[in-house]
Amino acid sequence: MILRGKAWKFGDDISTDLIAPGRYFHLRSNLEELAKHVLEDADPQFASKVQQGDIVVGGNNFGLGSSREHAPIIIKLAGVSAVIANSFARIFFRNAINIGLPVVQCDTSGIQTGDELEIDLARGTVTDITRDFTLPFPPLPDAMRTILGDGGLVAHIKKHGEFKLD
Amino acid sequence: MGLTLAEKILSEHAGREVHAGELAIVAVDVCLTQDGTGPLAVRQLEKLGMVKAANPERTVLFIDHSAPSARRELSNDHMLLRDFASKTGACLSDVGDGVCHQVISERWLKPGDVLIGADSHTCTGGAMAAFSTGMGSTDVAVGIAFGKTWMRVPETIRVNLTGQFSRGVYAKDLMLFLIGKITTDGANYMALEFGGPAADAMPHYERMVLANMAVEAGAKTGLFSSDGQTRLFLESQDRGKDYRPIKPDPDAVYSRVVDIDLSKLVPIVSFPHTVDNVRTIDEAKGEKIDQVFIGTCTNGRIEDLRVAASILKGKKRHPHTRLLIIPASRAVYGQAIKEGLITIFNDAGASINTPGCGPCVGVHMGILGDGEKCLSTMNRNFKGRMGNPEGFIYLASPATCAASAIAGEIVDPREVM
Ligand code: SF4
Repeated sequence: MILRGKAWKFGDDISTDLIAPGRYFHLRSNLEELAKHVLEDADPQFASKVQQGDIVVGGNNFGLGSSREHAPIIIKLAGVSAVIANSFARIFFRNAINIGLPVVQCDTSGIQTGDELEIDLARGTVTDITRDFTLPFPPLPDAMRTILGDGGLVAHIKKHGEFKLD
Repeated sequence: MGLTLAEKILSEHAGREVHAGELAIVAVDVCLTQDGTGPLAVRQLEKLGMVKAANPERTVLFIDHSAPSARRELSNDHMLLRDFASKTGACLSDVGDGVCHQVISERWLKPGDVLIGADSHTCTGGAMAAFSTGMGSTDVAVGIAFGKTWMRVPETIRVNLTGQFSRGVYAKDLMLFLIGKITTDGANYMALEFGGPAADAMPHYERMVLANMAVEAGAKTGLFSSDGQTRLFLESQDRGKDYRPIKPDPDAVYSRVVDIDLSKLVPIVSFPHTVDNVRTIDEAKGEKIDQVFIGTCTNGRIEDLRVAASILKGKKRHPHTRLLIIPASRAVYGQAIKEGLITIFNDAGASINTPGCGPCVGVHMGILGDGEKCLSTMNRNFKGRMGNPEGFIYLASPATCAASAIAGEIVDPREVM
């Protein structure tokens, strides 16, 4: 699958508190509303600026902190097609796969907000079309590739009736 | 090849010997959700057409994050959780019963269990050699329905502890020091395993502080052996029969070993907005504080309240510094009442609130004003955590927090003890 979109660059340590702030706790059962506040404490205007297909680009340890799955869910609901970061916190990475949001680990230091990016999930490459460079990224572990390929964990279980990871 | 604690427990649950790096489907003994993550888990189960729990008597739905409810939307979420519990026979820990990680350890968890929880600090259970880890709502939902989950068996960082804490220095200071050393992603995807003579001698409530904050270094869990200290804790909860000893093999393979001599440590304060932004008490002293919060799954236990009370006894909070105190569970609250600690806190000008998470996650009670600073016994100080991105959160031990509440600024607790 090939994803193409504009980059939104964030720094290191983007916590799930910054992505889905606790003060909107009461909107967790109203995800469309919650999505209007996505990443608000990292960039208050982000939700109004982001376009369908855009790509969130983080630094180190993206998604650290609380296990709230609402964080990747509202990133996806906001139209974001994938998140790229130097590194991800464990729970966020797994949650993103479970809800069918592609996450890609590669060196993001050369990417800037506004760059046109292309991600080739099958080949494992990120191309910055604006700056004309391509980076490889390591393939997902098999189990995660299976779950993402099925469209997330709920879809995976519906399809197979239980875990079918080998 | 010897096994780490993580490998040992996961091998028992995978039905075969597994080693770091392998993928395993493991049986899950205990599942927990809280009111911020449970409603989504319930909805995912509804989507799967599986409104059921494989082990209802060891599936626990907690209402602790916004308890009592702060808004009607949250009250409705609470209703959904109560309804799921009554339909499936799952256990409910309702408003006022306390923070999930404290209560699961008091009442449900056993050494050697696998616990998955839809809350990042589920790792707290590692204090009793239970492989306990935080996951998202969907993972836990599937765990609830099937009684199993998949995991990559983690590599382990071994933390060897020697020596004794000097006066005024606690497990919280040790953990802040360790995270400062290995950083907030230093143990990402790995387990922390605590051992050595000082870990063996450490009472269970201190082990819980270290295990609780394992995730603040990115770790999947933070494990201690199950030993005489574990037995003492379980006996104190009338669950002595749940005890069994579990230790790592002496020839277990670790990806890294960190040695810490407790006697060399001083009180530590973590400054905004990352947990690894630590300073010694000498560097931290003098910072003006608007609110002090003592409580949470990290430091809301009876031993923490006793330390705070010993410092606050006969004293008053600084007039410019609000003091919030929240026992981690109903049992802790009851004990604190019996020991007269609540009277000491009340006389000191504290506001004592319902056992639960309180202001920790920024939903209600104690939200900071713009530019305000809070010194807290919590486990994380991310921007916006206490409900206001313009607020500043500092982390420290209950002793440092109590002493600073009196002074109105960060002070060295050793000077007032
Ligand atoms: S006390 Fe704080 S850290 Fe602990 S479970 Fe509650 S919100 Fe999470």
